[in-house]
Amino acid sequence: MTVPIVQTRQLRLQMGERLLCEQLNLTVQAGQRLAVLGQNGSGKTTLLHALLKLGSVDEDRIEIDGRALSQWSRAELARRVGILFQDNHDDMPASVHETVMLGRLPHLPAWRWEREKDFAMANQALTTVGLEHLARRDVGSLSGGERQRLAIASLLTQAPTLYLLDEPSNHLDIAFQISTLSLLSATVKRDHSALIMATHDINLASRFCDHTLLLHGDGTYTFGPQADVMTDETLSRAYGCDIRHVVTDAGQFFYPFT
Amino acid sequence: MSPLRQYTLLSALTVLLGASIVIALSSGSVSVPVSSIWQQLLNPVPGIEQQILWELRLPRAMAAFVTGGLLALSGVIMQVLLRNPLADPYILGISGGAAVGALSVILLGVASIWITQAAFAGALLSVFVVFGLAGRQQWSATRLLLTGVVVSAGWGAIINVMLTTSNGNNVQSMLFWLMGDLSQSRTGSWHFALLLTGLLLILSQARALNALARGELMAAALGVNVSRLKLLLYFTASILTATAVTVAGSVGFVGLVIPHMLRLLGARDHRWLVPCSVVLGGSFLLLADSLARTLVAPQQLPVGVLTAMIGVPAFLFILHQGARSR
Repeated sequence: MTVPIVQTRQLRLQMGERLLCEQLNLTVQAGQRLAVLGQNGSGKTTLLHALLKLGSVDEDRIEIDGRALSQWSRAELARRVGILFQDNHDDMPASVHETVMLGRLPHLPAWRWEREKDFAMANQALTTVGLEHLARRDVGSLSGGERQRLAIASLLTQAPTLYLLDEPSNHLDIAFQISTLSLLSATVKRDHSALIMATHDINLASRFCDHTLLLHGDGTYTFGPQADVMTDETLSRAYGCDIRHVVTDAGQFFYPFT
Repeated sequence: MSPLRQYTLLSALTVLLGASIVIALSSGSVSVPVSSIWQQLLNPVPGIEQQILWELRLPRAMAAFVTGGLLALSGVIMQVLLRNPLADPYILGISGGAAVGALSVILLGVASIWITQAAFAGALLSVFVVFGLAGRQQWSATRLLLTGVVVSAGWGAIINVMLTTSNGNNVQSMLFWLMGDLSQSRTGSWHFALLLTGLLLILSQARALNALARGELMAAALGVNVSRLKLLLYFTASILTATAVTVAGSVGFVGLVIPHMLRLLGARDHRWLVPCSVVLGGSFLLLADSLARTLVAPQQLPVGVLTAMIGVPAFLFILHQGARSR
């Protein structure tokens, strides 16, 4: 049995005084892609942030690569775990290229300049998301979708082992949602890395993930292989509305009926 | 921006600095030809030129350079710390605290050598008051900014009370101090050491600053120890500003405008922005002070007036050019 990339033991998530989830036992193995689903405010983002030491949780109850999170330094963690935030801030001016290069920050020793390899990774990532022609542009002049693609390029440049995606489809048109997630999904399988994605889009989750964590928002959760968790009954209960699946020749889709 | 262009920018600024020093040393009520500046500096010949250079202009030029460098460096730091392009070294009330200290000395008629100490003490008081109110628990940039601005306003009120209740003679010295003036300034080697230390310290964090400019969460996700970095930035910027203010009073505009000028010229990576700011800030104040001494000679203007008079059009010009090229 290999050491899982992420494991939580009896983890408790809360937002201020509000309990979001308790006794959460989660395991993500190399090569796996986990979708985190749940209503607004059910703790999806809180969980992703907790895995990156960005929240206040008991860091001894989370293990990355079999080592308690409390034993990881921020710098070490950033080489291993990367996140796509729900929104990006760009109050200060920076070019597209400079922003992508930030992804290399965790991998460079102090006082070392980026090398050919780092520039190559950044250029490759920009090409992947189709922004290479905007490399010299100021971030402030990009559209919402372009900013999201830039953030994805930055994450690709960081090349972590665990990808945390918070609403990756935000601002993206349908074609880019599919191409981005196909790419990340393929990357995870190829590199035996892992991906955890918080999303509102049940169908994206069902298409690109193999495991599901459903947060009910009242402290309880359902976790397991996708086919076990993503059933009409469980989804309907979690979202508080009647969700049914529709089978088409392209696969099955979920749709709310009330 | 390619490293080549960055090198070119830094080299050009260094040349500008050299020229600014020569201008500062040669211009004034008695103009000293460039050829004899070299001679006097390398091999002083006793006389009026030697006296003017060594006793008046060189110390004043040194003070101008150090003040400009300190303020520009501090401005860069504050803008990233608060992630607010309008931030300047004084935004958190340091100059207000220093001014209350300095003005009290003038008001009480104590020997003017105490102005420096009182200003420094006032600045430190302000630094700790703001930190105590905003920085103890989770200090967000907004909370820090609001606290600083409000404390600043408080100092402003005290300054106004002092100005309105003083007699005419004192008011003029007070106004010179408030606008920033280098005529009484003297610097020692420790000022240079402090500037160099600050520069190296911030340079060592330059990449983390690049990340912090994209937000605290982003910086933390990229492996930066954000709370430690913020403490370092706050106290470094505070000490740099407090020192600048004790040398020359609150010279405005340098700390706000120099970093922006450089960003518009393409130096947004802090590994370049930080050293370029020090060099350009120093040159800028050298040139402004040369004008302050000569424009309405034999009378002298406070240098703070000149920084705004040069800075406003220069900044607007670059801003306009930048917008067009985009």
